[in-house]
Amino acid sequence: MNTDILNIKRKRRSQAITFGLFRVLSYMVILILLVILGFIIYNGAGSISWNFLTGYPEDGMTKGGIFPAIVGTICLIIGSMVFAFPIGIMSGIYINEYAGNNWIVKFIRIMTNNLGAIPSIVFGLFGMALFVNYLGFGDSILAGSLTLGLLVLPVVIRTTEEALKAIPDSFRTGSLALGASKLQTIRHVILPMAFPNIITGLILSVGRVSGETAPILFTAAAYFLPRLPHSIFDQVMALPYHLYVISTSGTNIEASKSIAYGTALVLIVIVLLINILANFLRKYFGNKVKMN
Amino acid sequence: MSGGVTSIIILLIILFLFKEGSGLFNNSSIEKGYVLSVNPANPVKTLSPKQVKEIFDENITNWKEVGGNDEEIKTFRFEEIFDLYPDEELDGEILSQRLSDEISKENGIIAFLPERYLLTSFKGKLLESNNVSLSEFFLGKEWFPTVVPAAEFGILPLLLGTLLVSFGAIAIALPFGIAVAIYLAEIADPRIRKFFKPIIELLAGIPSVVYGFFGLVVIVPLIQKIFGLPVGETGLAGSIILAIMALPTIITVAEDAIRTTPRVMKEASLGLGATHWQTIWRVVIPYSISGIMAAVMLGIGRAIGETMAVLMVTGNAAVMPTSLLEPVRTIPATIAAELGEAPVGSSHYQSLFMLGCILFLLTLIISLSVEFISGKKKNNN
Repeated sequence: MNTDILNIKRKRRSQAITFGLFRVLSYMVILILLVILGFIIYNGAGSISWNFLTGYPEDGMTKGGIFPAIVGTICLIIGSMVFAFPIGIMSGIYINEYAGNNWIVKFIRIMTNNLGAIPSIVFGLFGMALFVNYLGFGDSILAGSLTLGLLVLPVVIRTTEEALKAIPDSFRTGSLALGASKLQTIRHVILPMAFPNIITGLILSVGRVSGETAPILFTAAAYFLPRLPHSIFDQVMALPYHLYVISTSGTNIEASKSIAYGTALVLIVIVLLINILANFLRKYFGNKVKMN
Repeated sequence: MSGGVTSIIILLIILFLFKEGSGLFNNSSIEKGYVLSVNPANPVKTLSPKQVKEIFDENITNWKEVGGNDEEIKTFRFEEIFDLYPDEELDGEILSQRLSDEISKENGIIAFLPERYLLTSFKGKLLESNNVSLSEFFLGKEWFPTVVPAAEFGILPLLLGTLLVSFGAIAIALPFGIAVAIYLAEIADPRIRKFFKPIIELLAGIPSVVYGFFGLVVIVPLIQKIFGLPVGETGLAGSIILAIMALPTIITVAEDAIRTTPRVMKEASLGLGATHWQTIWRVVIPYSISGIMAAVMLGIGRAIGETMAVLMVTGNAAVMPTSLLEPVRTIPATIAAELGEAPVGSSHYQSLFMLGCILFLLTLIISLSVEFISGKKKNNN
């Protein structure tokens, strides 16, 4: 009897120790995030000024601003979205609403997952071979946008698919029973309902595009280009590539440290804003759907 | 059509990567437009890229060592002709004539010349150029893609560097990530879980170049100081950064897997007198092990393919890695660092596309095995 109680106590204690350890490790994740964010915000805040955000790089990129890089990144985001959103959403709708559940869908789903797992540098190689060299776009916004578009396509498809899957079949059958065609059902019933979740996913994919460097290394990014792009066939500077360049191979790495911290901070702020926006929309629409 | 778009893209990627890369094995490792020539009396017909390099580095100094006569090797590069004759005596065809004479004069000579200066009456013997072979590519221990006259394309150091850094990262991230996943799925109450979700999303959303920058200014100097190393850019720095980057993937996927354990099974275990921890260890983890495996595989996949962060913190020395405390170079970092300087269509360019193919295949194998693991799970239910 006595040994049993001791045994139970021992078990309880070892459980408490294990769970305590797990909790500590979990809170370390928060700590890691705070350290990274805090470090960059602390060191970068001093570099941020109106001149930094709207000025052009000067003195071998050791002074001045990052305006061309901001504009370049925005161009690449818009370009890749124009390409990836329509195709991705249509694919998602097709897979969930039309394709049924056979081996073709299974195959497509596996391929979509595979595409999502391909390293970004491989997209860079592919973009260079196909868009820059084979199709002759050269290093340009167009080539970079298409490459980035391919990269986020699986994200968009999966987001759409998941959002559509969450809608109960009763809405589909109900709409069809009222005499609506399949297309009408999708347009007027299914898509409006799935819209919040789709939008949230799309916003997160914008975050992904804004920070990617490897795919644009050889398809769009310019080392130093102190002017704004004139057409989609122009090269651009981009924030992530700019950060890479000035922190590793700039003309004077020490002198451009403050620019590097500032650039990193701008990137972090973009990612933060995008995540906050996505979470806000998720909550906002989530409440709205519940009220209905 | 729109549903199959991803399949088409994958096919295109395979097609273009192999199209650009496969030329490597039909190419000589000697630079395009150049030839290696020896004295006509020399019995040596061909040299491997390794031998050519050793000869021009003056590590091999006698023809006897590469199967020729007992004769001292005299290397001759095209530019050296300008040391022998004044510029004005080297106009047009005279230059070619002089080159030809020089080679037929010296018995032990090996000359590296541009093809366009060879006349039809050229008296030297051209060495047959060997194509880059598969075994040289996959088993070669030297990666000197731009060395003149004969580049070496041995990817073994890069492959091992990639695996070393990735497995180092997983060794850190795996216990860490699984512990967090168990905590969030089984122990923490729902409010804490809700609090963690955006944090993990944010950690996944930070651009890799920012991680690289953080590693460069914080972790690299730290490692240098702690271990007293000459440089802090090491495999370990890469592993630590990659571990942080792989964490969100591992946590999310493993947590989802752990939460699929049916309530009935857990309650049965608790009802039989097991503690919560015993239930987790003996029931929940065995039940969700395939999902946890999938999480590990996805984490490895993420680590193997990661480019920018690794490029910035690992020091990029293309040598056979011996420990995590030395600079290493990974496959993605090699592509990112070198493709910009490789002329389109050159052997170097093709070898980088072959590296891309290998990377693609590695991640394809990983994601197919994830598919297989999680598919198996569904069948069991």
